[in-house]
Amino acid sequence: MRTVTIVGASLSGLYAARELRAQGFEGRLVIVGDEAHRPYDRPPLSKDFLTGRTDETQLALTDPEETADLQAEWLLGIRARGLDPRTRTVLLDDGRAVPTDGLVIATGASARRLPGDHLTGIHTLRTLDDARALREELTRGPRRVVVIGAGFIGAETASSCAALGHRVTVIEAAPLPLLPQLGPEMAAVCAELHRRGGVELITGTGVAALRGTGAVMAVTGALGEGAVTGVAGACGAAGAMTGVAGACGAAGAVTGVAGALGAGAVTGVAEPYGEGVVTGVAGSHGWGAVTGAAGPPGSSAVAGSAGPRGSGTVTGVALTDGRTLPADIVIIGIGATPNTGWLTGSTLALHDGVLCDDGCVTSLPQVVAVGDVARVGGSRAEHWTSATEQPRVAVANLLAGRTVETVCSVPYFWSDQYGARIQFAGRRQDGDTVRIVEGDATAPDGGGFLALYEREGCTTAVLAVDRPRPFLRVRRELARGVGNVRAPSQSS
Amino acid sequence: MIPVCRLEDLPEGESVRVETTPPVGVFHTEDGELYAIDDTCTHQDASLSEGWLEGCLIECPLHAASFDLRTGRPTCLPARRAVRTHRVTVDDGIIHVHLAAEEGSAA
Ligand SMILES: Cc1cc2nc3c(=O)[nH]c(=O)nc-3n(C[C@H](O)[C@H](O)[C@H](O)COP(=O)(O)OP(=O)(O)OC[C@H]3O[C@@H](n4cnc5c(N)ncnc54)[C@H](O)[C@@H]3O)c2cc1C
Ligand code: FES
Repeated sequence: MRTVTIVGASLSGLYAARELRAQGFEGRLVIVGDEAHRPYDRPPLSKDFLTGRTDETQLALTDPEETADLQAEWLLGIRARGLDPRTRTVLLDDGRAVPTDGLVIATGASARRLPGDHLTGIHTLRTLDDARALREELTRGPRRVVVIGAGFIGAETASSCAALGHRVTVIEAAPLPLLPQLGPEMAAVCAELHRRGGVELITGTGVAALRGTGAVMAVTGALGEGAVTGVAGACGAAGAMTGVAGACGAAGAVTGVAGALGAGAVTGVAEPYGEGVVTGVAGSHGWGAVTGAAGPPGSSAVAGSAGPRGSGTVTGVALTDGRTLPADIVIIGIGATPNTGWLTGSTLALHDGVLCDDGCVTSLPQVVAVGDVARVGGSRAEHWTSATEQPRVAVANLLAGRTVETVCSVPYFWSDQYGARIQFAGRRQDGDTVRIVEGDATAPDGGGFLALYEREGCTTAVLAVDRPRPFLRVRRELARGVGNVRAPSQSS
Repeated sequence: MIPVCRLEDLPEGESVRVETTPPVGVFHTEDGELYAIDDTCTHQDASLSEGWLEGCLIECPLHAASFDLRTGRPTCLPARRAVRTHRVTVDDGIIHVHLAAEEGSAA
């Protein structure tokens, strides 16, 4: 293998580059990334970066010394737009073509959007540029902030905004935040965190529209765009499970649009930071009917060509229960969709991610996928730890030319909200019972606790709030395959 | 020089955090050695004394970076910068930490 190309210059792409060199690949290494920035870490974006406790230099994942050691050709600010497996070539947006013997797909995921979200004051949070823009706006004095979606990113962002002194409301369509990830008992505990942090949490209500000042014309364009970026995902597969009954840019047109599209009620299940599956779509012209890039637009109302963009400023969020929440800033945290668009027509199997075997190998042995974009052995994770663990296995298999190793780890993620550190590891299923083995989950002042999820006498998962040490012990036992985890003693 | 606790109150395999500025973690290894390092992981924000102690290595409880207690150097990613190490003595059964900065050997 003389040339290996990595597409996606972020966490999993960088780890793949390191592994290639560590595992002895001495050939040409090309790294393509559409962001102009060198690899940086995303988790702090919604946490310490937003509150100003961390600056950009601390986000960097690598330093000039290591970059030099990697001896890679970095093509930054350039998007890959296609893969021609016949000629083994990666096609770039600037017209160049990179012939390559091996390919690592590490293109991650993009924040889901809502039609009409181009109004000034509306944000998503996935990239450094997103975070810079939001941080800038949050420093201009007290604002009314509405966060759509109470998943991890929504909750962390709400917490950061509250810490900065803004008035924050979070909307969640499901009855409780993080229900699919944590189950009802622990989801209720997380809901309580919002209240403790002084944030209003509205659950069981969807978003009907984004309201704003400005041109009504904006609606058609905004919706057209929303439609082709796949709004189905916005409702169904959202990690945050926020139902969207129809959203558009400017106030005047709301009813017309909502009528034309109908209000598709969508339910979804999701894993932390995404990994969603659309389980049902109701309403023939609901957002669910408007499927991804290749799909037909749901109705002529949304087919609208580009049209002028929403040039107004957001003023509020209309809810499906008829209320409208006034807002100066709206943050959309409804999950992420894997960036597979550029692989359309490449013969690789794509279905909510790049399909690979347990060893991150795709249907082509010279192509592996890692991180948020990879559906490894049937499931896709959007966790920092998987993005750092998968590259070792993927690269070993790439260099071997076949699957010689598989990824076997216990899913793990953490989240920091309202001063509490939440850690979760394992595979929880509905019906698992929850046992608090340390601390008190209902204590009004917090103080932390450790909870074990159990099924048929076996420990399936562990959740900790501010209990890193016993958590680590249980996590390690789960990783070792210990079925019945010993409850850590109170003293440890 | 900062008193930490009685030696008998820190069994082998255990660690304790001292609330200095910045905080220091003191570790008693299974081999009976005592070490002190800056407690905050250089990667992000986690307390190393809450980590997993194995031999002379401490694994961070948040993202599993591992540090060598003897040198303070990370032995694996995601941490890339070393933590400061501090000298430890036991006088009259009391563990003491000598902060590196105080001894003029700051990192
Ligand atoms: C705000 C935020 C907070 C988070 N907090 C946590 C947390 O607390 N705990 C946790 O476990 N996880 C967290 N995560 C998730 C974690 O950051 C991701 O799992 C991780 O970044 C995935 O890495 P990746 O390299 O697979 O994808 P990404 O980080 O998404 O990187 C993919 C890169 O590829 C680029 N790209 C996409 N398409 C192309 C193309 N066609 N050509 C060239 N380049 C392309 C993208 O622009 C991007 O730079 C958080 C994520 C976000 C956004
Ligand atoms: S905070 Fe220690 S490894 Fe990340």
